[in-house]
Amino acid sequence: MIEHHLPALQVLLPLFAAPLLMFLVRWPTLAWAVTTAVCWAALLVSALLLEAVWAGGPISYAHGGWEPPYGIEYRVDTVNAFVLLIISGISAIVMPFARDSVEQEVPRDRIAWFYTAFLLANAGLLGIAITGDAFNIFVFFEISAIASYALIAMGRDRRALLASFTYLIMGTIGTTFLLIGIGFLYMMTGTLNLADLAERLPAVHDTSTIRAAFAFIAVGVSLKLALFPLHLWLPNAYTYAPSMVTVFLAATATKVAIYVLLRFFYSVFGVEFSFGVLPMGYVLMPLALLGILIPSIVATFQADVKRMLAYSSVAQVGYIILGFSFASTLGLMAAMLHLFNHAITKAALFMALGAIVYRIGSPRIDAMAGIARDMPWTMAAFVVGGLSLIGVPLTAGFITKWHLLLAALEAGLWPIAVFLLATSLIALIYIGRVVEAAYFRERPAGAVPVREAHPALLLPTWALALASVVFGIHTALPIGAAARAAELLLGGYP
Amino acid sequence: MEWLGLYNYWVVVVLMMTGFYVVIAQGNLIKKIVGLNIFQTSVFVFYISLAKLDGGTAPVYVEGTTAYTNPLPHVLILTAIVVSVALTAMGLALAVRVYEAYGSLEEDEINAQDEQDA
Repeated sequence: MIEHHLPALQVLLPLFAAPLLMFLVRWPTLAWAVTTAVCWAALLVSALLLEAVWAGGPISYAHGGWEPPYGIEYRVDTVNAFVLLIISGISAIVMPFARDSVEQEVPRDRIAWFYTAFLLANAGLLGIAITGDAFNIFVFFEISAIASYALIAMGRDRRALLASFTYLIMGTIGTTFLLIGIGFLYMMTGTLNLADLAERLPAVHDTSTIRAAFAFIAVGVSLKLALFPLHLWLPNAYTYAPSMVTVFLAATATKVAIYVLLRFFYSVFGVEFSFGVLPMGYVLMPLALLGILIPSIVATFQADVKRMLAYSSVAQVGYIILGFSFASTLGLMAAMLHLFNHAITKAALFMALGAIVYRIGSPRIDAMAGIARDMPWTMAAFVVGGLSLIGVPLTAGFITKWHLLLAALEAGLWPIAVFLLATSLIALIYIGRVVEAAYFRERPAGAVPVREAHPALLLPTWALALASVVFGIHTALPIGAAARAAELLLGGYP
Repeated sequence: MEWLGLYNYWVVVVLMMTGFYVVIAQGNLIKKIVGLNIFQTSVFVFYISLAKLDGGTAPVYVEGTTAYTNPLPHVLILTAIVVSVALTAMGLALAVRVYEAYGSLEEDEINAQDEQDA
């Protein structure tokens, strides 16, 4: 009986647990424990959902027994089961890390509130991924966004406040654009259910209303996913947020927005409309290429490693959008793979950095000089994550780059293949700067000696660092899932 | 004069652009939030407009009426209004914290202070 309600549980677990935490303001550790339990339960639900979808095809869940398309439908297929697993997996793994990191960075009386906001953000992201209703996507976007603004504003630096405010302004413009687009779609079709929209849209494709809807949705969601040049909110937000928030948001928030864009472009509007009637390939590809190149170069000049990794995140979004813009099976596979690989890689990197900041109190590159002698395990995890980010063979990052290369060659665009190799070298430069400082420089004079990060911080970091190696060697699961997802997306709504 | 019949959509466009302009052009954080509210309000008007049917009545079954206004967009917009209230509250709370931390709400002054620190 309970299996039948798994899709609802996926969102309701964190959503209902969040307000309960408000009663635990005086017991921050208990609040942390409850949050951890909820996150792992959500991961279990995601795993069960993926298994069920893998074996039995898409699951449709009618909320309150109102049959779709009239009621709100939760719809799970291979694509979003995969995305759900990424979100709940990252949030479950980040929790053991969060306890000490949050205790240090957030005032004690706000810790329970912090976890309330975290669970709400989590519920919002899971909701975006699982829902089959266009208006529901907007509402969940706002739930996760408002909670993220609060989380970012809890950073210790006062600049976190302005970063959060800028994110609020740009994020709201993005979601409001999405709302306008959904309004246009409803105007023409009279439905909000995504599968139903996909069915009814071909009849009215050739109207300026639908083209306007497409434009509003594309721009709105691109703002949320930080597509270059709409990424301006991201570097500050990631730099000044508490370490744990950066890990979580960097690994999940932009990924979910990318999923929404995939869903609208491929499933709702259909690949013929998005890439045939409207030349989106010619719009997205240059933006993706510029979005890889410019933020990568900017990243090499950053003195703050957290900001450097934030710029690198914008570049990684570029890689995903590049795969997306080929509109081919291989390209989509590369995009889905990078969604997964970048989530684990970047989370590992931000966690290793968080562990270092926990000890030395600063994310600046000169403060990290010589740190590898004192914290060998943490830095080693950083190096493994860095290798995967560059795309060295035997890491997860290589698998994506390889598929991107294949997709570029398949499309006959060999300059892009060369470009990919060149930008990997830029990643080598910015990761290399950190490694050089940490391994080959002396500790700055008068620096307090530091100890290795303790296991609670180290274990989750290594779990993800190892995952980025394991999924680089044992590739059957991610490639299998990505292939299925790509097939599903190209086929429209089943 | 057909375009005049769509005057509510023109209102939407004007409101939307006004709000958008205020968000971009104003350096004061409170004014930015005001602009954001105007921008969002235009979308509410847009949804309510698209639901209206000429000569339609409230969707209550009454003898002799056949044309009804669509209630669904109204319900959607109620939700969106709640979201907008939450966002405004969040934005204003952040503005208060910014004022406590910097003693100013002007973006230029805040940025100038940050540059001094760096």
